Amino acid sequence: MSAADATEAVTRACQEEWARVVATLTRRFGDLDIAEEAAAEAFATAVARWPADGVPPRPGAWLTTTATRKAIDRIRRENNRGDKHKEAQMLSHNDPPEPPGALDDDRLRLIFTCCHPALAMQARVALTLRLVAGLTVPQIARAFLVPETTIGQRITRAKAKITAARIPYRVPSADDLPARAGGVLAVLYLVFNEGYLATGPGTDPVRHDLTAEAIRLTRLTRALLPADGEAAGLLALMLLTQARRTARVSASGELVTLADQDRGTWDAALIAEGHQLVRDRLATQVAPGRYQILAAISAVHTSARDIRDTDWPQVLTLYDQLTRLDPSPVIALNRAIAVAEIDGPQAALAAVDRLADRLVGYHAYHATRADLLRRLGRSHQSRAAYDTAIELAGNTAETAYLTRRRDQLG
Amino acid sequence: MQYLVSVIDDTAGLATPDEMAAIDVFNGRLEAAGHWVFAGGLAAPGSATVIDNRGGEAMVTDGPFLESKEYLAGFWIIQAADLDVALKLAAEGSRACNRKVEVRPFR
Repeated sequence: MSAADATEAVTRACQEEWARVVATLTRRFGDLDIAEEAAAEAFATAVARWPADGVPPRPGAWLTTTATRKAIDRIRRENNRGDKHKEAQMLSHNDPPEPPGALDDDRLRLIFTCCHPALAMQARVALTLRLVAGLTVPQIARAFLVPETTIGQRITRAKAKITAARIPYRVPSADDLPARAGGVLAVLYLVFNEGYLATGPGTDPVRHDLTAEAIRLTRLTRALLPADGEAAGLLALMLLTQARRTARVSASGELVTLADQDRGTWDAALIAEGHQLVRDRLATQVAPGRYQILAAISAVHTSARDIRDTDWPQVLTLYDQLTRLDPSPVIALNRAIAVAEIDGPQAALAAVDRLADRLVGYHAYHATRADLLRRLGRSHQSRAAYDTAIELAGNTAETAYLTRRRDQLG
Repeated sequence: MQYLVSVIDDTAGLATPDEMAAIDVFNGRLEAAGHWVFAGGLAAPGSATVIDNRGGEAMVTDGPFLESKEYLAGFWIIQAADLDVALKLAAEGSRACNRKVEVRPFR
């Protein structure tokens, strides 16, 4: 086996098995820090050994076994190993014996611990992306437009607090579930987005493993919370986005915008499931939350035969509804795209320019400006905006698309 | 696992009779469920005295070590299996004494 094949196998195993390994070790040793470090060491060992030894038949089991040995080695090395063992025993004794095939719930348990309300929201998100999704600190930093050291500190502090304050490692009781679900959904949405617009020069433009993982965990969360409209809304939003995934990147690896996508390649089954979820939520007559509104916007887009057939006034109405719930600059940026379709690029550009101070580090702000300036014939300014967008964009397909659009400017 | 539940106050007033009654009921529940370790209400911060004997000669200063708008008015020390249990109890305590509380684990 070549080194490249082995690296590929480790990368795939990391994406598929990381959360299982961390969740299993956390339950066994009662310590997120030990679990994360041992998992990272096991994956590093795989990188070193699989090229020569070959990929084991069950990579997940190999990684869990190796990580467990690494964890035990570390505990033995430490002076306070007696305390660590005692602590681990106390935690595991609080839980009923593990039923066979309980791995999925183990990961959900890990998610609820990472999303505990005693942790700051930003810490919950960073922790979940690191420990559950297996993203690296640089990838998380890019997703949140903050320095790597900030993310590293958030994760370190959050893990220290979980241990010191004894934040439990379990799925919350039925009484606490609805309140705890909101934080989990926010995290899952961010995981989905990281998969859908993957970052890093060496990564695929769409990491289907991450989007699939986010969808799988959202399905699980929704099954636990059948009455939670936002869980249904988020699932619908993810399905309607995922349905367009193959149309979204061209054969040459370039991003294809909604207007240019071949709608015949959209996944009809996912769209049907997403539309059904949106209709079910509308039928409840309960005021929708942000995920339900975003899903409704997606439903409008996926109901149109082409971009001109899109019900833009309906899209704008939904964005207005969303702005009342969440007056964030990113929502305002997306609203401006609908404004461009109704009132033209000049009106949209005015709205976008008002967001300058808050979105100056966000590639989509510059990409949107570049497109509006291009439509207004202001090539020189458009080129400068494309340059900034290309510099900030981390997604390979997006960079390719933006570069071509810039180079087509007259 | 033990947690310090600090009662944070920003008014000069002591607990009202209604608040005292609610605190007594809450204390009774803590004891009955095995969560009680210790609790106490403190006199006003102006009654505090600071002693510094690090130099071998005790320096005595009138007043609290920290002047602030919010101060410690009392506390519970509770026994709880984990933070979820401690937070639930602290929420009950906050309602009983009608003040903000901070939950902090002992080492």
